[in-house]
Amino acid sequence: MATIKVDIVSAEGEIHSGEARMVYAPAQMGEVGIAPRHAPLLTALSPGEVRIEDTDGKEHGFYITGGMLEVQPHLVTVLADTALRGDQLDEAAALAAKQQAEEALKGVSSDTDLRQAQAELAEASARYRAAQKLKGKR
Amino acid sequence: MAGEKEIRSKIASVKNMQKITSAMEKVAASKIRKAQKQMEASRPYAERIRRVIGHLSHANPDYKHPYMTEREVKRVGFIIISTDRGLCGGLNINLFKRIIGEMAEWQGKNVDVDLALVGAKSVQFFRRIGGNVLGTATHLGDRPSVNDLLGSIKVMLDAYEDGKIDRLFLANNVFVSAMSQKPTITTLLPISAIDLGDESLQDHWDYIYEPDAGELLDDVLMRYIESQVYRGAVENFASEMAAKMVAMKSATDNAGEIIESLQLEYNKARQAAITQEISEIVGGAAAVSG
Repeated sequence: MATIKVDIVSAEGEIHSGEARMVYAPAQMGEVGIAPRHAPLLTALSPGEVRIEDTDGKEHGFYITGGMLEVQPHLVTVLADTALRGDQLDEAAALAAKQQAEEALKGVSSDTDLRQAQAELAEASARYRAAQKLKGKR
Repeated sequence: MAGEKEIRSKIASVKNMQKITSAMEKVAASKIRKAQKQMEASRPYAERIRRVIGHLSHANPDYKHPYMTEREVKRVGFIIISTDRGLCGGLNINLFKRIIGEMAEWQGKNVDVDLALVGAKSVQFFRRIGGNVLGTATHLGDRPSVNDLLGSIKVMLDAYEDGKIDRLFLANNVFVSAMSQKPTITTLLPISAIDLGDESLQDHWDYIYEPDAGELLDDVLMRYIESQVYRGAVENFASEMAAKMVAMKSATDNAGEIIESLQLEYNKARQAAITQEISEIVGGAAAVSG
């Protein structure tokens, strides 16, 4: 029986790699089933389950939060996202990065400033204690 | 000469410090291994996505995405990846020196520079130096995740798409080996530099696209850039740990040397005290018997 090679990868690691008889994936236009020798296809994936029927007829499920599906006649590649994506979410992330930059540069109450101040405080109090000790000795 | 007691307490405090630095050294050494694994793990994704882009541009050579077209350079962007914490030798400074040099070169050509900073150290540094910072991300922790980087990347990609910057670079330390890390600047955009050579794809064929070729190419290219930056972050983390290990090892060795010399001083002081005591006793005895 003909098989097709399936690779599921995310930026943070390889998730699955192996031969399969059939692959089901949650494409944005509806679920697609990929059999060996499928025509080349490129599509975006929605959050959902990628199911693989392996050569023994067993089913394996992988939950993905979205990504891309590339199909070649003998190879299926699932490029899985590691995070929930969407235009609005991406936009929000970009905004957060911008704000963080502004705060850090203004240096009012940013995290880095706090950390640095804390470190300086710790150092100063250690010095003070050392000075007190020396004073006591004399 | 310093008193015996003082030297002893000095030795004790240096020993304490040595314990801390050697513990940090060991922690860093074990984290290098983890970081290296993470580097390995990110490779398949980058390879696959590169292949998809290869297929895409083979399949429709006429379609030119803005990410793939060279423009006249009026303004450039840098994504700079530094560490969050210090105590890792000259790692960050070497990188910053490299970047400052590069920036000066661009500015010499009347090209302005925009920055996106990853890592608390770069934020501190460029706050002092100055520079047009568009986005930052700090406190990535031991396992940098794509999620933490998305914001800063998106800011730069938006700027590129809007034509505010015409070229995008990634600056980070590349992990060569545990002993050597190399500050490196690579071009992210435009992507013309990707080697798309794949002999098996000479025939002209095309994908079935769902929903639409342009949109999909957008998505793929964005993910490609993200995976590159992610790889940079992981690589930089491995470099940080390697540099930290070396720095802490030399600190531990230094502490050992200091302890040795203090010990010598201590012995001398102790011997001097004993000699003095004996001479006093002998002197006293002589006075009594004499």
